Amino acid sequence: MFGLENASGVEGAALVVGVVLVEAIVLYYGYAVLERLVGPAVIAALVDE
Amino acid sequence: MTMELFGVAVTLLALFAGFGVLIGLLFGFFGMGGSFLVTPALMVMGYDTTVAVASGLAFVFATAVIATLKHRDLGQVDYKLGVLMIAGTTGGIEVGKIGLHWLQDIGLADTVVSIIYVGLLGGIGAFITYTAMKGNGGGVSHDVDAEVDDHEVPDIAQKIQSYHVPPMVTIRGGISVSLWMILGVAFATGLLSGFLGVGGGFIRMPALFYLIGAPVPIAVGTDLFEIVFSGGIGSFLYAMDGAVNLTIVVPLLAGSALGARVGAASTALVDEDEIKVYFGIMLLLGAIAVAVRKIGMTWEIPSLQMVSLVIIVGAATLVAGAVVLSSVRELRSGTATATNLPE
Repeated sequence: MFGLENASGVEGAALVVGVVLVEAIVLYYGYAVLERLVGPAVIAALVDE
Repeated sequence: MTMELFGVAVTLLALFAGFGVLIGLLFGFFGMGGSFLVTPALMVMGYDTTVAVASGLAFVFATAVIATLKHRDLGQVDYKLGVLMIAGTTGGIEVGKIGLHWLQDIGLADTVVSIIYVGLLGGIGAFITYTAMKGNGGGVSHDVDAEVDDHEVPDIAQKIQSYHVPPMVTIRGGISVSLWMILGVAFATGLLSGFLGVGGGFIRMPALFYLIGAPVPIAVGTDLFEIVFSGGIGSFLYAMDGAVNLTIVVPLLAGSALGARVGAASTALVDEDEIKVYFGIMLLLGAIAVAVRKIGMTWEIPSLQMVSLVIIVGAATLVAGAVVLSSVRELRSGTATATNLPE
């Protein structure tokens, strides 16, 4: 994935761990925004259904 | 024709993302144990033990980053204690990794890791189920606001805390602890991380509280801070050998981060103790699944691999489903409102 299938050694490891770290940070802030935007609508839909 | 994204089959990405939602839901709701299912599940799916452990560790690292970001602003991290824990844990991880590679060389890695998983999952699962059925939540609460009375600290822990082997280190809350105690606890949990691909939080958090005497909120925050480093270092060491599989970690994390938000929100709606017994049973089923898989491999019965996978995913699905259904029921009953939900 992302061309890192065969990544190894110090440089490859840094790239792999970097991808995971960046994804974690993006997901933390991204899902927070998503929760604010669609959270109330989802809860309202669940309650009304 | 198989649809692909980033060169990976969409069905495989969806499978891991879906499993991630389950894991995240359990972690978000119970505050522990979610990642403990990842490595055995990957092993059951047929991944090489080293890849399963390495990818599980990378997943733990990323999950800890997200959880630590939440705790960062709450001032619940003792950085001095955290740095000392990191030093001890790094040594433990390296020894655990060397041990795993050695076992792999002599062809015993899968057997030994499976046996340890069966023992740990079974033991912790039995303990949680027993205490939950007795009416006690079981284990140390991850609720950072929970207050703990002295009588909740076992005698053995009070005895251990009473030893003063110099040099002594003062941690947050003015508590004085032997440096050797901190390093010993860190090394032992690092050993587990390196060997099993788990964060070790299910042992380190109680150890910080019981053996070192750190207050619960500090134990939780420092544990997460420490996992970021131990998980990161462990992932890096395994990634140097090319053992971390991003095809597993990336979708698993995407699903898990979403599930963790739903799970955390559900804690405002559902009483954790009502469901904790199912969590204990799920861990017990996880132990059975790993044992069934090992029996299938030993006796060359391929169908047991599938039975094992069904048990482990089915158990996680049932408990996660119970959390979601209970939350929806509470929302609809009107006993809780959306305003109860955390930001």
